Amino acid sequence: MSPFWNAWVWTITLVVILGCTLLLLATRRSEPHKEATEETLGHTFDGIEEYDNPLPSWWFQMFVGTVIFAVAYLGLYGLANVKGFYGWSSVGQYEEEMAHAEEVYKPVFAKYASLSIEDLQGKPDGLKIGQRMFANNCAVCHGGTGAGAHGFPNLTDNDWLYGGAPATIQQTITEGRQGAMPAWGPVLGEEGVRDVTSYILSLSGAEHDADMAARGQQQFQALCTACHGADGKGTQALGAPNLTDNTWLYGGSFEQISHTIRTGRNGVMPAHKALLSDDKIKLIAAYVYSLSNK
Amino acid sequence: MSTAAEHPTYNYKVVRQFAIMTVVWGIVGMAVGVLIASQLVWPALNFDTAWLSFGRLRPLHTNAVIFAFGGCALFATSYYVVQRTSQVRLISDKLAAFTFWGWQLVIVSAAITLPLGLTSSKEYAELEWPIDLLITVVWVAYAIVFMGTVKVRKTSHIYVGNWFYMGFILTVAVLHIVNSAAMPVTLFKSYSVYPGAVDAMVQWWYGHNAVGFFLTAGFLGMMYYFVPKQSGRPIYSYRLSVVHFWALIATYMWAGGHHLHYTSLPDFAQTLGMVMSLILLAPSWGGMINGMMTLSGAWHKLRTDPILRFLVVSLSFYGMSTFEGPMMAIKTVNALSHYTDWTIGHVHAGALGWVAMISIGSVYHMIPKLWGKTQMASVGLINTHFWLATIGTVLYICAMWVNGILQGLMWRAVNEDGTLTYSFVEALEASHPGYMVRALGGAFFLTGMILMAYNVWQTVRKDSKAPVASSSAQTA
Repeated sequence: MSPFWNAWVWTITLVVILGCTLLLLATRRSEPHKEATEETLGHTFDGIEEYDNPLPSWWFQMFVGTVIFAVAYLGLYGLANVKGFYGWSSVGQYEEEMAHAEEVYKPVFAKYASLSIEDLQGKPDGLKIGQRMFANNCAVCHGGTGAGAHGFPNLTDNDWLYGGAPATIQQTITEGRQGAMPAWGPVLGEEGVRDVTSYILSLSGAEHDADMAARGQQQFQALCTACHGADGKGTQALGAPNLTDNTWLYGGSFEQISHTIRTGRNGVMPAHKALLSDDKIKLIAAYVYSLSNK
Repeated sequence: MSTAAEHPTYNYKVVRQFAIMTVVWGIVGMAVGVLIASQLVWPALNFDTAWLSFGRLRPLHTNAVIFAFGGCALFATSYYVVQRTSQVRLISDKLAAFTFWGWQLVIVSAAITLPLGLTSSKEYAELEWPIDLLITVVWVAYAIVFMGTVKVRKTSHIYVGNWFYMGFILTVAVLHIVNSAAMPVTLFKSYSVYPGAVDAMVQWWYGHNAVGFFLTAGFLGMMYYFVPKQSGRPIYSYRLSVVHFWALIATYMWAGGHHLHYTSLPDFAQTLGMVMSLILLAPSWGGMINGMMTLSGAWHKLRTDPILRFLVVSLSFYGMSTFEGPMMAIKTVNALSHYTDWTIGHVHAGALGWVAMISIGSVYHMIPKLWGKTQMASVGLINTHFWLATIGTVLYICAMWVNGILQGLMWRAVNEDGTLTYSFVEALEASHPGYMVRALGGAFFLTGMILMAYNVWQTVRKDSKAPVASSSAQTA
């Protein structure tokens, strides 16, 4: 803050507080009646008169009390460029509380630091902690039970976009994932989109039009196999879904699949390395792993 | 619709118009409030219709009760009070009529644009820029009429009620113009001229002073006339009114920062917001004390006068919520209360308990006088209204206190490993009973307003059975 604004803030603050205090004290000093009175000011407004009663002393004292508190508080907590006696700042308070929490909860996580995700499967207490952190951090998208929702993968069905090995799950949580299904509508045209949709339906044995599927297969071989593989079984290294298993992230109806092909999809799993320590991510991964690894 | 004779001196026409619209908009605004409160209990009540959804109706509710109901009450009473305490007619009937029709146009525009989803997204200032401009013009006209009338007064001094009205009019003009400054993009879309944290600070400087000047100073002006008038007692202390008036307007200005505790607002602005809010306690209570002590010596009238009951209870709620406010501004308390229903409860302690009750009491006082009657058509119905309003307010506030503290505690509860014990949805689920009680409280309050509308109609209609005042009483 520049010296000007510093002076501005101080001036306004002191003028307001001192001004109120001086008015209070001056009014109190000039009271002609120190006790309750029937004396009026002598004016009448539409029949209303005003008594010249003194300020109630408990009210006066309360006023003075809040002013003293305010001045003391400003001294302790600071104003504008002047640090208070306590040296308080909201960032400082945050860091202090986080450091305190770190201190208190460290032993809880230290217990599991040396264990692998596989080892943790036999530790119900550790999985419980993982489950709670899942509820706090992951449930917003994946649901309280990890069963997912439209656009958010089900974590309980042992069907994995990027792989379900413990280390892979841990990596997914730590670094995040960025799904990228391009929009093929402009390339395929509407008819092409419907043909490819029919072919994809045929892969999981769903009802489909055989002629359209046959045409769609050619398009699929030309455009889709780079990610989804020649057999349509997907590539976990790319996060390209298996299209043959009748598990659908964005819905498996004709309309839903054709919408996915036409406009593409951009699923995002945010990286959590800046939000959670490695120990915590490991416990969450252990919990997620436990959901399908029974 | 009326038999009222024109008052020989004063312009009562504009007062009558605003008084009637106070009741009408009160019912509309509160009905929307009950609807959205019910939506929080039964979400299906939005009927999957965009313009019936909570997000669009909530600003309609707040704008309708604050600016339509509260605004009309302030216009009606301020025009009534300034004429009677200055002993002159409003300086311009035409300009006064313009403020009435202009203000109604603002309200109708709000009632159309907000459900359409047109919003500047600033709380309590959602209206888009063309309506903001209209508000500015109407407000300047209001300031000219009111202050012009004060200037030509026949009394030597300016009555204390009029200080508060003038403080309210002047400050609301400044608040509205500064906070609504925006760059129009299209006819119905604009962007605030302030960036980021500055915008947040300007918004809450406005937001809190909308409470401080629109909903407090303005209604204190009302209190300073109708309490002594209805009780027939002199104001308790002129000195107290001087000190609390100046201290109130000086400190309220700086308290807005308490809406942004523990945000990216600079620390000093948060500290200042808290400190000024605490100092504000005594100036706020000055008004309550002056009102309450004015009634001492007239307590027996409470047994028979339900209008006086409205006024006294409004002062009690005023005192309670102006104690609660500074307390909630303390950072430690705010860390628990912020973002919970406690805030909603606090606002409604002020809005229902103070603002609505003092307005209702004042309108009941004015209506018979404006239409040349000695009293309302049914005093019994006023009493029924009083109890409905009081019970409704208490139900509302208690439900929100319980919900607020429950939510605050559930959100901060942690397990032994540092994880949160409850998810957001669990806290929401626990709030469900409170939401039901809140909707019920709102329904009570709304029912009272409907009785009021009936009673007002029975008083002002042509063949009203309310006793006619003698002509000498009418001109008094």
